[in-house]
Amino acid sequence: MLLSLVVFWPLLVGLGVLAVPRLPDRAVRWLWVAASAVDLALVVGIWIGYPGRGIGYETNLRWIPSVGVGYHVGVDGLSLPLLAMTAVLFLACAIYSLRQRTRVRGFAALFLFLETVSLGLFVSLDLILFFVFFDLSIVGMYFVIAGWGHGDRQRSALKFFLYTFLGSLALLLGFIGLYLSGTPHTFDMVALTHAHPLTGLGGTLALLAIGLGLAIKTPTVPFHTWLPPAHTDAPAAGSAILAGVLLKMGTYGFVRIAMPMLPDTWRRYALVAVVVGVVSVVYGALVALAQRDFKRMIAYTSVNHMGYVLLAIGAAGLLGSGAAARSLAVTGAVTQMVSHGLITGALFLLSGVLYERGGTYTMDAYGGLASRTPRFALLTAAAAFASLGLPGFSGFVAEFQVFAGSLGPVPVATAIAVLGILLTAALFLAALRRIFLGGYRAPGGATVSDLTVVEAVAIAPLMLLALLIGVLPRFLLDLIEPAARTAAELVAR
Amino acid sequence: MIALLLVVLPLAAGVGLLGAGRAVNRIAAPVAVAAAVGSVVLAAIGAATRPAVSVPLFAGSPAGLRIDGLSAVLALTVAAVTLAVLVYAAGELSADPGRWRFFGLLLVFAGAMLVTVTATTLPALLAAWEVMGATSYALIGFWHADLDRVRGGEVAFLTTRTADVGLYLAAGGAVAAGVPGLRLAGLAAAPGGWRDLVAAGVVLAALGKSAQLPFSFWLSRAMASPSPVSALLHSASMVAAGGYLLLRLHPLLAATSWAAPLVAWLGAATALVLGAVAVAQRDLKQLLAASTCAQLGYLVLAAGVSTVAGGAQQFVAHAATKSLLFLCAGAWLTGLGTKQLPGLAGAARRYPLVGVVFTVGAVSLAGVPPLSIWAAKDEIVTGASTPLYAVGLAATLLGAAYAGKAVAAVWRRGPGDRAYREQPAAPVTRSMRAALVPLAAGAAGLATLSLPPVAAAWRRLLGVPGEAGPTAAELVLSGAIAAAAFAGVVALQGVSSRRARSSPAGPPTRRARSFPGGPPTRPAPAAAGGRGQPRGAVTSGARPGGSVAAANRMLVDWLWLERAAVLLVARPVLRLARALATVDDRLVDGGVRAAARSAAVLSTVAGAVVELRVDTAVRSLAAGVRRLGAWARLPQTGQLHQYYAQALVGLAVLIVLLIVFGSR
Repeated sequence: MLLSLVVFWPLLVGLGVLAVPRLPDRAVRWLWVAASAVDLALVVGIWIGYPGRGIGYETNLRWIPSVGVGYHVGVDGLSLPLLAMTAVLFLACAIYSLRQRTRVRGFAALFLFLETVSLGLFVSLDLILFFVFFDLSIVGMYFVIAGWGHGDRQRSALKFFLYTFLGSLALLLGFIGLYLSGTPHTFDMVALTHAHPLTGLGGTLALLAIGLGLAIKTPTVPFHTWLPPAHTDAPAAGSAILAGVLLKMGTYGFVRIAMPMLPDTWRRYALVAVVVGVVSVVYGALVALAQRDFKRMIAYTSVNHMGYVLLAIGAAGLLGSGAAARSLAVTGAVTQMVSHGLITGALFLLSGVLYERGGTYTMDAYGGLASRTPRFALLTAAAAFASLGLPGFSGFVAEFQVFAGSLGPVPVATAIAVLGILLTAALFLAALRRIFLGGYRAPGGATVSDLTVVEAVAIAPLMLLALLIGVLPRFLLDLIEPAARTAAELVAR
Repeated sequence: MIALLLVVLPLAAGVGLLGAGRAVNRIAAPVAVAAAVGSVVLAAIGAATRPAVSVPLFAGSPAGLRIDGLSAVLALTVAAVTLAVLVYAAGELSADPGRWRFFGLLLVFAGAMLVTVTATTLPALLAAWEVMGATSYALIGFWHADLDRVRGGEVAFLTTRTADVGLYLAAGGAVAAGVPGLRLAGLAAAPGGWRDLVAAGVVLAALGKSAQLPFSFWLSRAMASPSPVSALLHSASMVAAGGYLLLRLHPLLAATSWAAPLVAWLGAATALVLGAVAVAQRDLKQLLAASTCAQLGYLVLAAGVSTVAGGAQQFVAHAATKSLLFLCAGAWLTGLGTKQLPGLAGAARRYPLVGVVFTVGAVSLAGVPPLSIWAAKDEIVTGASTPLYAVGLAATLLGAAYAGKAVAAVWRRGPGDRAYREQPAAPVTRSMRAALVPLAAGAAGLATLSLPPVAAAWRRLLGVPGEAGPTAAELVLSGAIAAAAFAGVVALQGVSSRRARSSPAGPPTRRARSFPGGPPTRPAPAAAGGRGQPRGAVTSGARPGGSVAAANRMLVDWLWLERAAVLLVARPVLRLARALATVDDRLVDGGVRAAARSAAVLSTVAGAVVELRVDTAVRSLAAGVRRLGAWARLPQTGQLHQYYAQALVGLAVLIVLLIVFGSR
């Protein structure tokens, strides 16, 4: 039940915030921070209490028994790191939003709702439960962008909603295919993973539907074009959650559903995942390199970073390599999800600071900020180097394992994907130069002030965590490795 | 524990300074020097106790550190040079507002180098290797208001990272080959194809880091860095790391049929070609940078021909020599505001101590006996085949030439200049002096490693007791060549400068007396680097035009390597990126938008056309049914006789049908 409390606690607080009339904004903001902090503390407790392997904190209740749907939740080494990352990121966003002034109640309630939805998705062990959270995340984010965004926010929000909702419909079709194939019919993930009944043409069609739905959410090339406008026009905290948490729902779905429930089909089409991954890596990085808009650039690097995940899980489906290499690749993929959440979350919050100061994301409108804003520059530089995979930060731990585990089965594809780290290096160095180095320049001659304490307290812990994982990764890898090994074994059946 | 402490101390101190920010400016230099002293002590203890440590990192591949003979020598060298450079920098940057950043980054940089030379597994090595590259970016672009320096840092990081891709591939190959624990020592035993991949990756990464051909150009751009950074980056770290890696993995190179000869020849070619580039430079730091590539060519050559003792000796000798020379160049740059060779005329006379130690370093660099590099080079080439030996000798000749050129330039009497004379020269502080003298002693004295009893101990220390040293004849030959060339160049340059001085009108005597150290002009921005300066001739003597001039321009501009990289790699990639961004907006997203539009169009069509038609059809159907109903009502008149008549007609029709169809 502790797990359910973790999931629904933010929602309860959110409803409370809406229910109590005439709550001052200040109280709402601090209540939000407190609620997220409590939730993070609970997640840390769950981490400490997790036995190390298998499903922990499992709850399995009847929900809609007539169609085999249950309220089945639990955590393992794949979901717990993402659960923790989600709680951390929502807390960071809550702190960052302490400066939020417009319609605070709705904003806070919406984020608390989104936190419940995100945590719920990662602990779901039932396909319909997963699907419900998957869809609700789209709804919640739609309102965040449309309600608190800037620029052409209505259009971007609608595009985001329609595109990813279309993906979720494909996902549902695939889930129904899985349901119909089981005897007895069930949506239970554990049972479906154990039986993996769907093979042949049915399996292909189911994987096609599920893969399409998850690929849109991830997003991979060519289904990524909803991402840049959604990010550009979303508020900073919304972008951080969108990139940090919502994108992971796609990649997590691959590791949790597509690979272990359709192992035969996954192995047959693993090369497709590899190719899509490599194209996303290189294409995402190249398009990001050409961007002039800081936030849009970061959005495209997300496509690049998620490409590594696809490459790794594709390579894990090719049995030519040894079990150790495949497990290494899956570990790298999961580490990458956590790492990307922290680092890109920080980058989007930093881009929010930039927008707040200068009113634009256009990099060339700025220059030489480092001389006036050392904290802002240092933190952005740290996040940029972390994002380009510098050792000492979490990105390297993830990408090294992805490359090392994937090179054996798909040497050429991996060799091409490694070039991605060069392109990201080039684009982040160029971005740092444009915004922070050289002579001082700011839009309209404004004086750009350094990070406030609140901003620093919101963002710096994300980078410290990325640093901790980069320097002492064992606490995380000890959790992921057994689950990754299991996932690699499941796909090899 | 010692091994771990050795690397953690500078790294932690550096990260601490970086995290603390401006507040620690006052204590940044003392903290850094203290950490460096600690590193030297720990490296010395490590050299004596030979510790090893292994920390779990990835599944099946820990991060291992070990101090064996080679690592002991290198770690001690790195720590000592770092200490000297930090002591010097404490003087030069005593008032810089970015000290926290400078000393923090320099410590991280040195710490990464220490990890590199002690790592026993690929992941640990790769991690340190990349951190070194990234910190080099931040150090080269340290004065970040000047975008030219920033770009220099970018070129350095991007070029070396391009080569680093090789190490990622090597790591992947090692995993695929099942090398236990990804240990460096196990790489040579990897099976067939994977071993070739691993070797290729390692060679690529090492060539990039060591600025060997064709990657040399980044080192030219790295000259935008503050002089202490150049002194460390070019001597005991970063560029030397590539040579170290090849030396460490020489069994892997030898295990493939191609890697060892390739590496040997590339090293020799770099020594020769970049030697020529160095001779052509007019900027002291550029000259020294090119000479770094050339001298490291010998280190790479050593790995190719598997002479570990010679390679390690060259590493140490070059580290002492080159850090010394760069610090001298830095002292003049700070004091006189120039690093152009013509502008440095008389610099050695004005700063006699710097002049003397610079000369010691340059003579060592020239390979003149009995100084350190002379002995080290011979230790290396003695293991090489005859053609390689010949190339090595030719490169020695060039080495003597560029060293002679530099020495002649700084001792030459300048014509003096009134405007310059009035500016006070910045003094050489005590801490600067404290750094220069020990380095000079090292540059001069390290040749003792080749004395027979010492040489035997040196080989035992490195675990290669069987390696042969050079013969006396070889030592004499190379020493004589170097000494003759060095003396010749110094004499020639002296003559040509005297001739140049006597040509302009005016009384030279008074100026020379009153201000011997004055350069003709004071090129204002130290920041401009060598690259902004007009490309000039090698010497001030007359030169034939045409192809010689073109060749000279090419040498001055580092063989146009950077231009080639920009033209062949950077620009096409950028163009491709822009094209893809357009494609992404127009085509990929355009497809999505078109799909959305087509749905809208479809709905319009459905609403306006189909819906209308369907409705019309439904209505017309209703009307038809109504009409049919009306027709059906027609016969129902209620009159019996009419019903009879209808029945009669019906009966008649039935009879006719029966007659027509019933006859079959």
